[in-house]
Amino acid sequence: MEKDMIEIKHLHKYYGKLHVLKDISMDVKKQEVVVIIGASGSGKSTLLRCINFLEHIRSGKIIIDGEKVERKSKMIHRVRQEVGMVFQHFNLFPHRTVMGNVIEGPVQVKKESKKIATEKAERLLEQVGLSDKSDKYPSALSGGEKQRVAIARALAMDPKVMLFDEPTSSLDPELVGEVLNVMRNLAKNGMTMVVVTHEMGFAREVADRVIYMDDGKIVEEGDPEKIYQDPQHERTRAFLSQIL
Amino acid sequence: MLEIPWNFAAIPQYFLRFFPAALMTLQITTLGIGIGLFLGFLAGLMRISTYKILNIPSYFYIWIIRGTPLLLQLFIIYYGLAVVVNIPRFPAAVLALGIHNGAYIAEIFRGAIQSIDRGQKEAALSLGMTEWQTMYRVVLPQAFKRAIPPLGNQFIIALKDSSLASTIAVKELLLRTRQVGSSQFMMMEMLIIAATYYLILTSVLTLITTRIEKNLSISDRRN
Repeated sequence: MEKDMIEIKHLHKYYGKLHVLKDISMDVKKQEVVVIIGASGSGKSTLLRCINFLEHIRSGKIIIDGEKVERKSKMIHRVRQEVGMVFQHFNLFPHRTVMGNVIEGPVQVKKESKKIATEKAERLLEQVGLSDKSDKYPSALSGGEKQRVAIARALAMDPKVMLFDEPTSSLDPELVGEVLNVMRNLAKNGMTMVVVTHEMGFAREVADRVIYMDDGKIVEEGDPEKIYQDPQHERTRAFLSQIL
Repeated sequence: MLEIPWNFAAIPQYFLRFFPAALMTLQITTLGIGIGLFLGFLAGLMRISTYKILNIPSYFYIWIIRGTPLLLQLFIIYYGLAVVVNIPRFPAAVLALGIHNGAYIAEIFRGAIQSIDRGQKEAALSLGMTEWQTMYRVVLPQAFKRAIPPLGNQFIIALKDSSLASTIAVKELLLRTRQVGSSQFMMMEMLIIAATYYLILTSVLTLITTRIEKNLSISDRRN
């Protein structure tokens, strides 16, 4: 845990006139797991999406693995290859099989051969417990299975860091566990992760650090136990009492 | 007793005589659709482009073509342009049908592309795909599938609209019908023959699009 994987400096983001991220500065160290919590509308998902340049930022710096990302399309494409993203609504490609989804990135973006990409995809699908589903289309999968495929798809690009945007929020309660398990294993194997989630159990167990956001600002951050047991700010306390 | 004023018994013996005309109708239609698909795909993509230089011409093309009758467009190409360039009847009919359908097909493609969930594009971009890869690997395949039913509908309209070519004396179904009908004094009988041909052709078109829809729906299966 020496160097920073992600550094964000004085980031501002607007939707039209709406100031949604206000001077955000944060960092994520290598192999660190950071969980971002906050009410809906607090800007936590937007912040995550900024890291992947799915959102335009007004000003500020984003540095990924020591390299400042410029708003040049070439650079953004390269950075996106190194930053895996998992979405709340999975966003699997419905016209491709599970295998097709997982090899899409490596074959199309990294120009890996189909054979090599498929071998790697098989390992990844095994890792997320879906070896038997590789020929299925997403429509035949449960929500939990879809999300695990989405994780495998992101991992297939060998990312340096994984971003999770409320990965379990659209799942039936009984399917949440299988997705969190996969994420837990990822963290255990040293993956750098930034996770927007309401899963407090997961945050407590896996997170190295919790960030609480409100109204486009980072209000409080620190050790998960400390945040949950003894939040320093009134707003954090109010938020936690609502969800715990 | 009331006598039936038509000689329906004559229909079978005339039926096959209309075959060449039906073929002509089919030719105008397929060529027209081909041009329409090409123009429509192009104009549809241009329409959703953020570049004004692509967007605006496409907007005007669709606006003008959808806002004026096909018959008028046909007359412009055949009669109006005659002073400058003499386009023969058949290509004039094909061109008019193609340009006309291109505008509608552009809107079909535009709608289909825009109906694809934003998350699909984001997922593709997040893998590091370029805008173009995102378009042709992720968005377009899904959009095409969604465009099939309205396209099938448009093809049927195009087939029926090809009858307007009769006004510039292209020897297609309707012209043939009127010629034979008036010379044999059997207008209703011949019109029924034409109607039968149109029905057969539109039914075949429907069958083909349904088949394509079915083939493309394997990814929707839930097992």
